[in-house]
Amino acid sequence: MIAEDGVEPLLQVRNLKKHFGVGSGLFHKPTAVVKAIDGISFDIQRGEVMGLVGESGSGKTTVGRTVLRLVEPTSGEVIFNGQDTGALDAKALRAARSDMQIVFQDPDASLNPREKVRQVIGRALDIHTIGTRGEREARIVDLLEKVGLSGDYIDRYPHEFSGGQRQRIGIARALAVEPSFIVADEPVSALDVSVQAQVINLMSDLQRDLGLTMLFIAHDLAVVEHISNRVIVMYLGKIMEIAPAKSLYSNPQHPYTKALMSAVPRPDPIHKVRRILLQGDIPSPINPPSGCVFRTRCPIATAECAQIVPDLIQVAPGHGSACLKNG
Amino acid sequence: MQVETMPLLEVSGLTTCFKTGLDGREINAVENVSFSVRPGETLAIVGESGSGKSVTSLSVMGLLPARTGRIAAGSVKFRGRELTTLDNQAMRGIRGREMSMIFQEPMTSLNPVYTIGHQIAEVIVLHQKLAYKAALKKAVEMLDLVGIPEPRKRIQNYPHQMSGGMRQRAMIAMALSCEPALLIADEPTTALDVTIQAQVLELLKDLQARIGMAMVFITHDLGVVAEVADRVCVMYAGQIVETGSALDIFKAPAMPYTSALLKSVPRLGMGDTRLTAIPGYVPPLSRLPKGCRFRTRCAHASEICASGQPELVDMSSGHAARCFRAQELSLGQGALA
Repeated sequence: MIAEDGVEPLLQVRNLKKHFGVGSGLFHKPTAVVKAIDGISFDIQRGEVMGLVGESGSGKTTVGRTVLRLVEPTSGEVIFNGQDTGALDAKALRAARSDMQIVFQDPDASLNPREKVRQVIGRALDIHTIGTRGEREARIVDLLEKVGLSGDYIDRYPHEFSGGQRQRIGIARALAVEPSFIVADEPVSALDVSVQAQVINLMSDLQRDLGLTMLFIAHDLAVVEHISNRVIVMYLGKIMEIAPAKSLYSNPQHPYTKALMSAVPRPDPIHKVRRILLQGDIPSPINPPSGCVFRTRCPIATAECAQIVPDLIQVAPGHGSACLKNG
Repeated sequence: MQVETMPLLEVSGLTTCFKTGLDGREINAVENVSFSVRPGETLAIVGESGSGKSVTSLSVMGLLPARTGRIAAGSVKFRGRELTTLDNQAMRGIRGREMSMIFQEPMTSLNPVYTIGHQIAEVIVLHQKLAYKAALKKAVEMLDLVGIPEPRKRIQNYPHQMSGGMRQRAMIAMALSCEPALLIADEPTTALDVTIQAQVLELLKDLQARIGMAMVFITHDLGVVAEVADRVCVMYAGQIVETGSALDIFKAPAMPYTSALLKSVPRLGMGDTRLTAIPGYVPPLSRLPKGCRFRTRCAHASEICASGQPELVDMSSGHAARCFRAQELSLGQGALA
């Protein structure tokens, strides 16, 4: 799956930051700054699925949107296909978007209830002027079938579908322009367990068959493990750990990753896992802790963790962890 | 397990229906549901959306929306007393004192314009006839009990000043302030992050051991079920389709739905193995298939399954499944592999 060394990654993210101003002072001037993403870097190789996990406030959704420039980054670079997306003007950006798409969490909120499937999916084809009208219909039917829906559904409205079917429409829409890169932002979180498995399998099939590159964002560690080649763990706007999925799940290094994994309830009443119970809440990203952002809840934090911001250190091949204790 | 002769809560043949759409036709959201909860035990009701798990709990608490929902048949007995025929006032005397409920989203069940301390104290004044000042003191103790730091300061907070995990703790403090014999928890950790969920589950188990209350725990998450439950009811399309001890359900599921559901859950440490998905969708209650309601999605369905509705049949002591073929299928193996 992962390209050989020397091959340029499809996506390169360099020291990306996104700070939001919040509150309103005089003349609506922001009174505080939320550091949603605070200096992260990673690459995604062609054909690779990068999982991105984190709890609320970790900045994972903002990463997805900033990478697609749906949100302007405060600083840092996003290089897609060798091109710095920050340097593109609106027109060039639109053209570039035909190669990068997004699937949202809530299909109810991301499909226009007044549009038929034909329009929902066809809009993408219109914008990027793909195919003639006759070709488009065949294309939409083909897309519906690709995501496991009947082509007869082309003139139905979103409310006529179940949640899982609506998410399939969201996926078909993202695939309409034949992108090479897809950001999937919690695509199965809103679905029932039995339907969730169908959609995970579908995404994994499509990824393999179409050779898609994907940034798969989720809070569910088990879901991410199923679909990802590599995984990033975020906490309060920073990368805590990044590793090949196998290495991360069998041998997590960062104390946050360890705690996160042990907190996942397992459907097995006999073999219970010894749990690392974290104290307290996730701190506010408006006023994150000094030094290591995780130190206030970390079971092994010491005084120096408040002083030094840990760098991502390589602990095994391709496996980085941002913890002073990783030695 | 047979120590107490009388169950704390006994639900039998509960059928709850709702008016739907414009024509006002009624459909059964819950049909012929029976279960009992003994003092101190935890019963988990697990199901997907539309299974009827929340409607069951609202029926027990007497909290059905008055205009659209009603209990059409069956009985709900709490400590031997029939609840379905009680008037609102009598029901209010039981609710909050002897049985309490916590919900998924604490923000919608807390009043945004009163302080947390006031809302908890109000419950205590009402049910325990304490003076407001004494009740406020008790509220501080309760917040301390549920692990909220600086409870004396926190009672002056409004709900919006607290994090999601804190609010859920405050809700639990309120629900437990009168030391109820039964707590109904409807997806209490679904809106929380996993590390916070772990804290709240730990807290509930700890409090249960201390106060000795029974719990009905409603959830869609089989991981959470394994964590908390002594016994389990699995619901599908308004019916209980399997019931048994947690061990029965996870080790030897007898209803194909339970077994398929267990296999479709992504688990940590399974790598990139393919998930066994259940085909199709939960049927809407207005368009249920004839015969077994799971038939159209079931890998083991045969002709007999369309012939009529299967009954909930005992497999072994305390373990029952709603499946014509339960005895001949052996589903247990592999569910936990």
